[in-house]
Amino acid sequence: MTRTQRWDAIVIGAGIVGAACARALAMDGLAVLVLESGFTGGSTTAAAMGHLVAMDDSPAQLALTALSLALWRDLAVELPAAVEYDACGTLWIAEDDAQMEMVRLKQQTYRDAGIACEQVLGAAALSALEPNLRSGLAGALLVPGDGVIYPPSAAVWLLAQAMARGCVVRERCRVDEIADQSVRCGDEWLHAHVIVNAAGGGAVALTPSLPIVPRKGHLAITDRYPGFVRHQLVELGYLASAHEMSSESVAFNVQPRATGQVLIGSSRELVGWDASTNRRVLREMLDRAQRFMPALRDTSIVRTWRGFRPATVDKLPLIGRWEPTAGVWIAAGHEGLGITTSLGTARLIADMVMGRTPAFDVSAFAPNRALPAAEVAA
Amino acid sequence: MSATGALVTMAIDGREVRVSAGISVAAAMLDAGVIAFRRSVNGSDRGPLCGMGVCYECRVTIDDVAHRRACLVMVADGLRVSTHACRPERSEGPA
Amino acid sequence: MERREQVLRFAQDDRFDILVIGGGPAGIAAAARAAECGLNVLLLDEGADVGGQIWRRRTGSLARGAARAWFTRLEASGATVIRGASVVDAARRADGGFTVTAERAAGALLVDAGVIVLATGARERFLPFPGWTLPGVIGVGAAQALLKGGASFRGKRVVIAGSGPLLLPVASALAADGASVRLVAEQARSRDVGRFALGLWRHPATLVQAARYRAGFVGTPYTLGTWVTAARGNGRVEEVDVTNGRTTRTIACDLLSAAFGLVPNTELARLLGCDRTDGMVWVNHDQQTSQAGVYCAGEPTGIGGVELSLAEGEIAGLCSAGHPGDARALLPRRDRLRRDAATMDRAFTLRPELRTLAHADTIVCRCEDVTLGAIKADWRMRQAKLYTRAGMGACQGRICSSALEFLHGWEADTTRLPVEPTLYSTLTAEPATSAPSANHGA
Ligand SMILES: Cc1cc2nc3c(=O)[nH]c(=O)nc-3n(C[C@H](O)[C@H](O)[C@H](O)COP(=O)(O)OP(=O)(O)OC[C@H]3O[C@@H](n4cnc5c(N)ncnc54)[C@H](O)[C@@H]3O)c2cc1C
Ligand SMILES: Cc1cc2nc3c(=O)[nH]c(=O)nc-3n(C[C@H](O)[C@H](O)[C@H](O)COP(=O)(O)OP(=O)(O)OC[C@H]3O[C@@H](n4cnc5c(N)ncnc54)[C@H](O)[C@@H]3O)c2cc1C
Ligand code: FES
Repeated sequence: MTRTQRWDAIVIGAGIVGAACARALAMDGLAVLVLESGFTGGSTTAAAMGHLVAMDDSPAQLALTALSLALWRDLAVELPAAVEYDACGTLWIAEDDAQMEMVRLKQQTYRDAGIACEQVLGAAALSALEPNLRSGLAGALLVPGDGVIYPPSAAVWLLAQAMARGCVVRERCRVDEIADQSVRCGDEWLHAHVIVNAAGGGAVALTPSLPIVPRKGHLAITDRYPGFVRHQLVELGYLASAHEMSSESVAFNVQPRATGQVLIGSSRELVGWDASTNRRVLREMLDRAQRFMPALRDTSIVRTWRGFRPATVDKLPLIGRWEPTAGVWIAAGHEGLGITTSLGTARLIADMVMGRTPAFDVSAFAPNRALPAAEVAA
Repeated sequence: MSATGALVTMAIDGREVRVSAGISVAAAMLDAGVIAFRRSVNGSDRGPLCGMGVCYECRVTIDDVAHRRACLVMVADGLRVSTHACRPERSEGPA
Repeated sequence: MERREQVLRFAQDDRFDILVIGGGPAGIAAAARAAECGLNVLLLDEGADVGGQIWRRRTGSLARGAARAWFTRLEASGATVIRGASVVDAARRADGGFTVTAERAAGALLVDAGVIVLATGARERFLPFPGWTLPGVIGVGAAQALLKGGASFRGKRVVIAGSGPLLLPVASALAADGASVRLVAEQARSRDVGRFALGLWRHPATLVQAARYRAGFVGTPYTLGTWVTAARGNGRVEEVDVTNGRTTRTIACDLLSAAFGLVPNTELARLLGCDRTDGMVWVNHDQQTSQAGVYCAGEPTGIGGVELSLAEGEIAGLCSAGHPGDARALLPRRDRLRRDAATMDRAFTLRPELRTLAHADTIVCRCEDVTLGAIKADWRMRQAKLYTRAGMGACQGRICSSALEFLHGWEADTTRLPVEPTLYSTLTAEPATSAPSANHGA
């Protein structure tokens, strides 16, 4: 055993959530240590699309994503080129009149939450904005405040900001156990007033009763076709795909990368940690995308990959104090929105840790909240 | 050179050239004096490196399909090559 | 866009017993031997013709010697051969067999097979030095491949600088084409180099003679212990610096051929989960990999030349066809050739100075224009990739990660489908096995 100093805070995990938390706590003046078993941004954060998106699956989700987007926009001027921030906005695509109705409801919901979305586009306007979409679509809602980033570089940058304020980062250092105000790495115990478990999908191994399950997703990326797509395009059906904890679903979700590449999603599967590529699901996902964008079929696919969203049954992350263990806080379970909500999560954690009142009621994120258990069944 | 001596006509960046049938597009381009096949991400000229389909430095647009490897595609009558091209493609929707 | 509409799909009862991927010497030998055993064999190759790197023919020209004998034997064996098919995915099915996806000009190709023989050969190793991205800087085998593809280097001033037994045959081929070869520089200096360079590494006799002829009589200098340090030019290579560590000189040229030996193509083997040792695909006595039903022959198991590739191919063909007994007689020969290969490998060991050629502003990843200075030596390949995009481009690290393996001692990152970039429509082609569900018209 080594004698070590006592830190104000130890953050476990240098994914985008841990990196954002470390930055927020360091900016509040705390002495922060980050422990990461692999390397910064190398896990789920490296697998994500990087869509910064307002989502309204529940009022709490809308509040957290809206707060996060405001924080991202505030940071935009500071972000280095490597983060590839692009305020491209989201187009929620409606296939038919029934979905156009949903578009208008969505617009109302967003407006009520203070999210700018003045424009509901008809078929012609949509086609003018995104000429590679097939003809015959009904229209779309434009959410101009949404954007895109490159997640691993964002995590690296957030952590660099923390380090500039004295935060220390140890990579290739796995935490094996969390106890009252302390963590164990191999045979070394480290102590802190505050322990933040931000280990993503790995959070459950450290705090076993956390209700996080892996939700697998595939993505594919093309070679460079600058201008092929200009906004993040998402079909309205994506909401249902993300909402229902069904065993399997795909949705049209296509993103312009700063490189001119087209990133194509998305799929959701509940198959545990099975890391193999599900060729059938991948094919269905690509089929779905080419139904909306027929010109995709002539592009060149450079690579495909998959990742595991750390999911909860009610689609809300676990943010708050973990009562059973002294000094322990949870910032995990961000499913398919952790890139977006990393900044909001960090703000809430810092507010709570520092004794400030968060901007909105956070009880919906309480790590020990009651969850509708039955729905998990796939 | 092809043993049969047959010739085909292809176009490189709009310029028509007569080349032996059965040679690769990369060979035809080099013989036509074209040495820069694509422009790199930062804007420098690149030409074939490996000659065997591995390096992707010989990527050109062939018959409107971007990112084809010139060293693996054989010339054909009427084939159109453009260099430095990675322009958006469209197949549907209004002009 | 109709022309890529067609998906070639073999019906269920057309399932192949054995699928050989790669039609170089190893793949040809494997396919011929397996088909001669009466099995239903398919051979796929990405090239316009089979033959691989060494037996690649100039279009319209006739094969000679061993190549000709093997082409004839392959044809007589009854194996089905499909050219111009790049395999981009291979996956094990629930029944233990495999579904393999290939891209062809005419559309996707989906094949079901019980056993796979990987004979995917090797590519050249490129190392970064200032100016190596200039047009006109190409590989050594690359010059040969382009020649065989119909290019002419007549009248061009050529410098060949690199390593391995390919330098002289390529010099002779270029000279025969009318190029003016100014220098052939081999970086290695060991006593064994001459032995291998002058043909003990079993080149076809004609090439060896040509090499001797050119090297001996035309006056092209062949120097050992000499390597390239920089290339310069305005938009294309115009001159190169070569050094022997003491003196450096500049040579004007139109073409620089610079490659440093071969690296095995192991992407498909890695995708299928085959174990590797020292970067080579591990195989047992029967050429079977760590994955049941997956065999491997030729360069992916270790760089060893055409004779070894043939021997391994024959053994893989016989063993995958269920006739390991017939392969016994071939084993001693294969094992002797492997020992020779190890000696050759040592003779051409890359000198440490080659690690210092690239400067901080020298591009390492050519697809994404990532410089050496942007990459930290204490990272792993995956970090370099995620943080700098090195290896994320079209070649998927085939060039830069082989270089970084040498420069920083790293291991390649994971391989995922497609093993090489492929048309979107190749990945949406539906295999025959799931065709019935398509009829329900969801
Ligand atoms: C296919 C896909 C697409 C997505 N697209 C989007 C999108 O467009 N927009 C969006 O907002 N979100 C998206 N997401 C979701 C997003 O990726 C995640 O919500 C987010 O990355 C979670 O971040 P994290 O920091 O919690 O987890 P991670 O990035 O997994 O970070 C956790 C870190 O903890 C480390 N760790 C684990 N255990 C230990 C231990 N015991 N000791 C030390 N360290 C440990 C891990 O190594 C890892 O680095 C997507 C996800 C997937 C899979
Ligand atoms: C560029 C080059 C030039 C060479 N020149 C000479 C020479 O002049 N003299 C000499 O003695 N030796 C030469 N060699 C060495 C020679 O290649 C080997 O000794 C011998 O050819 C190895 O045979 P093989 O069957 O193992 O591999 P290869 O001959 O390399 O054959 C592999 C085959 O697999 C195919 N392939 C690979 N991946 C895929 C895929 N995914 N899908 C479909 N097909 C695929 C390739 O198109 C190729 O035809 C050269 C090697 C290289 C790389
Ligand atoms: S020259 Fe390397 S892929 Fe064509």
